[in-house]
Amino acid sequence: MDKKPYSKEMLLDIYENMLRIRKFEIRLTECFTKGMLAGNIHTSVGQEAIAVGACKALEKKDFITATHRGHGQCIAKGAKTDIMMAELFGKVTGYCKGRGGSMHVADVSLGILGANGIVGAGIPIATGSALTSKIRGTDEVTLAFFGDGASNQGTFHEAINMAAAWKLPIVYLCENNQYGVSVNIHSVTNTDSIAVRAKAYDIPGVIVDGNNPLEVYEAVKKAVQYAREGNGPSIVECKTYRMRGHYEGDPAAYRSKETTEEWRKKDPIDRFKEYLLNEAIDEKELIAIDEAMDREIEAAYEFAKSSPYPDASEVTMYVYASDNERSVAR
Amino acid sequence: MKQMSVSHAIREGLHEEMSRDKNVIVMGEDMGKMGNPFGITLGFLDEFGPNRVIETPISESGFTGMAVGAAMRGVRPVVELMYVDFVSVAMDPVMNQAAKMRYMTGGQVTIPMVLRAPMGSGRRNAGQHSQCLETLFTHIPGLKVICPSTAADAKGLIKAAIRDDDPIIFLEHKLLYATKGDVPEEEYVIPIGKADVKREGKDVTIITWSRQVFFALDAAKELEKEGIDAEVLDLRTLVPLDWEAIKKSVSKTHNVVVVQEGVKRSGFAGEISAQIMEELFDELDSPVERVAALNIVPPFSPTLEDAFFPHTDDIVKAVKKVVNLI
Repeated sequence: MDKKPYSKEMLLDIYENMLRIRKFEIRLTECFTKGMLAGNIHTSVGQEAIAVGACKALEKKDFITATHRGHGQCIAKGAKTDIMMAELFGKVTGYCKGRGGSMHVADVSLGILGANGIVGAGIPIATGSALTSKIRGTDEVTLAFFGDGASNQGTFHEAINMAAAWKLPIVYLCENNQYGVSVNIHSVTNTDSIAVRAKAYDIPGVIVDGNNPLEVYEAVKKAVQYAREGNGPSIVECKTYRMRGHYEGDPAAYRSKETTEEWRKKDPIDRFKEYLLNEAIDEKELIAIDEAMDREIEAAYEFAKSSPYPDASEVTMYVYASDNERSVAR
Repeated sequence: MKQMSVSHAIREGLHEEMSRDKNVIVMGEDMGKMGNPFGITLGFLDEFGPNRVIETPISESGFTGMAVGAAMRGVRPVVELMYVDFVSVAMDPVMNQAAKMRYMTGGQVTIPMVLRAPMGSGRRNAGQHSQCLETLFTHIPGLKVICPSTAADAKGLIKAAIRDDDPIIFLEHKLLYATKGDVPEEEYVIPIGKADVKREGKDVTIITWSRQVFFALDAAKELEKEGIDAEVLDLRTLVPLDWEAIKKSVSKTHNVVVVQEGVKRSGFAGEISAQIMEELFDELDSPVERVAALNIVPPFSPTLEDAFFPHTDDIVKAVKKVVNLI
């Protein structure tokens, strides 16, 4: 990794957030195995550097849309692990009061315009947020997270085309983990990368090592600045690998064990820890962060477990903003 | 009162709301210099500028999805689909995003967005430009559905729709755009979810909406000649449904015909019919009759298209059936 003048505080913050996401999701997998979690759990184990590196390049006022594999993206943008865990447990204390679950975490006050269960659907939503900043003349940047799978949805083309035509302040961030559920991107796409498509829209497109948070940070920072200065959108493609199945319970038998093992050696957290030690950061500090994250996730788990479920009598709440009861009645 | 066409009334309603609230924007194809194929936004680009009159490429899914994102940020987008038939390529942002966002975020987010679209048969536009698709939308919780008939209703309801915080599907019948009617001189808003008795009667209630209101009124005139006094209840809004108005009318006439222009199978007329049967069975003197289009693709040729969707004669016949004259 290149030597850059990063503050120790920033480096440790990146390390802490990657660990926070990893420990949050590993805890989820344990809860899922024990039958404590309903629904589907899509983890981003192995991809944490992207969410953390990208969100580090954003300001608090900026916006993101997250994906169905979005726990890390939401946490990196500031979502609290206890409230998130409660949502995933279907509890009323969760971000969406138990109405959304794993694929729908949102907190607009943090700039999280929602994770999304429809692949590619967040791309136009993020673009609409960028349009809002443009028409209001404000300087927030919106970042759309999406996967290699979503890049083959029509929404990808439609939204990027409009953002490019109107120079909207947005960054399209592709987490290329190479698989759309079980299908390898190269078996359904002719180009070697997703970022190469930027040429079609005459916008910048770069490819970075998605397992290196600082490389992601540098690329996104540049794209954010470019957008904030009114130059329009960019595509940043982060190459990575999904270490677990598409969702919990998927053994990922469609991938070779050798490839997975190769990527395990490139684990973003292990690599970053090694980098920090080389930067002469005291290992004791890293251990302290590790332990603090263990405590935080334990507390999040306890909060989620002990929180009440939403009352079944409130099942019809929140469908409509006005005239709700009459509108759901018939 | 002043006389104006339905398209002019919608234009005036949009114009008033855009002038009143700078958060209101319009988005869609050909909205700029052309002012849309029906002239609804003619002159808006010059007056409100390109930041509020967003002329889009032919990317219905993209721009409808963008409207959802803008609405999440507090913009009040009025999106236009050139024909409601094109919602097929914009259904995800409508069905899975706009409609569900509030519930799925536990009430954090509202989507104050209006999706306007012309619908309806009779313009010889064939299968992909002639459908009445209100049933697609009434089936999706989270959406409100408005289908005005008169110029006054269209203006008052588009204004209410823009001010409402929920995603609203506003379906305009393209064969009504040129129809003129009285519109109040002063500013007014018509509440969403209020039906309107367009003709009072005591023998039978014809429940309908959009252009079929006019066929029903013509049918009532025909029936009057035979001594049948028909009430015409214009629902105006399908979701939320004005059940009190239906109940009041049915309890008076005890006979019901529900008329919809869309195809009969799984239509909203069937929904109303079922609700009346479940809750007002004791009020009924005869089974509820439905009048609707054939379960076929809207045809092109005039002879075929006229045979496809309901006209005055079909309504007259259905009313005579429920009042036991045939």
